[in-house]
Amino acid sequence: MNKVFNNADDAISDVHNGAMLLLGGFGLCGLPENCIAALVKKGVKDLTCVSNNAGVDDFGIGLMLKQHQVKKMIASYVGENAEFERQLLSGELEVELIPQGTLATRCMAAGYGMPAIFTPAGIGTEVAIGKEIRNFNGKDYLMEMAFDADFAIVKAWKGDTMGNLIYRATARNFNPAMAMAGKITVAEVEELVEPGELDPDHIHTPGIYVHRIFQGVNYEKRIEQRTVRKFED
Amino acid sequence: MLDKIGIAKRIAKEIKDGYYVNLGIGIPTLVANYIPKNMDVVLQSENGLLGMGPFPFEGEEDPDLINAGKQTITMLPGSAVFDSAMSFGMIRARKVNLTILGAMEVSENGDIANWKIPGKMVKGMGGAMDLVASAENIIVAMQHINKAGESKLLPQCTLPLTGINCVKKIVTELAVLDILPSGGFKLIERAPGISVEEIKQATAGKLIIEGDIPEMVID
Repeated sequence: MNKVFNNADDAISDVHNGAMLLLGGFGLCGLPENCIAALVKKGVKDLTCVSNNAGVDDFGIGLMLKQHQVKKMIASYVGENAEFERQLLSGELEVELIPQGTLATRCMAAGYGMPAIFTPAGIGTEVAIGKEIRNFNGKDYLMEMAFDADFAIVKAWKGDTMGNLIYRATARNFNPAMAMAGKITVAEVEELVEPGELDPDHIHTPGIYVHRIFQGVNYEKRIEQRTVRKFED
Repeated sequence: MLDKIGIAKRIAKEIKDGYYVNLGIGIPTLVANYIPKNMDVVLQSENGLLGMGPFPFEGEEDPDLINAGKQTITMLPGSAVFDSAMSFGMIRARKVNLTILGAMEVSENGDIANWKIPGKMVKGMGGAMDLVASAENIIVAMQHINKAGESKLLPQCTLPLTGINCVKKIVTELAVLDILPSGGFKLIERAPGISVEEIKQATAGKLIIEGDIPEMVID
């Protein structure tokens, strides 16, 4: 069993045109930066990308949008990206906006081997159009399908060569649920260690879910909204 | 009339000791500054944190530590971090006691619209649809009147809905109103210096006024 790849280029080399990708991260936090850069370099096209946000104009998935690599974007919030908005309004980009909890839980369902979930999010709204509604204990729920994605691409803080992952702070976000949901899961980590160096009690994503892992480089970790307080506060 | 800070201060009075609270972006974020110091209140940020603290001191920003508005934040002692699926799990399972969020429109039966203006704005619903569909107690913080001078408290919402029959209370620059289970905005308090007549004129939906309406007390 060798899950270790040299770099992002090798780890995503078989991502094909038209593939469906789950991409971890919330805003620019916990983004698989190395893999996104490799996908941009590879120039693979007609992708369906599932990610909570669409990056900003010059970082994250925004870089792939700029090159017209994304055919369809499935996200919950896309506010910070002018190029995204332009492509959406001009019809170049297909967009499906879904509730954030629905997005996360559709990933989780895939990782737990469940075909669908029932959630009240979106009942009575345009999100419910065309979807099955079931009533449980007097409350309506929408049936939402588990994602069936070709690749999940996630970022963790530390990982070992067995594929076990540990995340840091709120850079965890969508990464664990997505890591569980890919037919092939690629994990990039800030620090790749040998088996035994991570405490088994502290593993967030067990390595069984991770097919490929590599040591990332040159993390930019851009901050979207730098907010601070003054010392006298 | 209240300013944004006044609205935040008034909403803070609805928070009780021991509450887990989710604060939306905008005025709701300000509420955190006015929670009484003697109360134990835990703030949930739906990107995966319980125990959100204030903004970091300059130079101590951590790109791995942000809130749902993507602002750099800190963690208080006793914080817990979790993934997005669990975050919405605890929201769906009604572990969060109070949700405070903004709105573009609220209807007299508690429907809320706050995610889309067709043809103009497509930012998305983020976590708002999940929150309003599951929260036991939802308070909306918003302006009574929009920039075009039209009431945002309506018989029915005109914008695409975020959720239905869910808002329990609204705090605006003019008033505090409860939404009755049978429908209608029940006027609870007036903002300082605002008359019942002014609130009537600013409310397009069914307004219920019973007896004398007290003026808000804000510290």
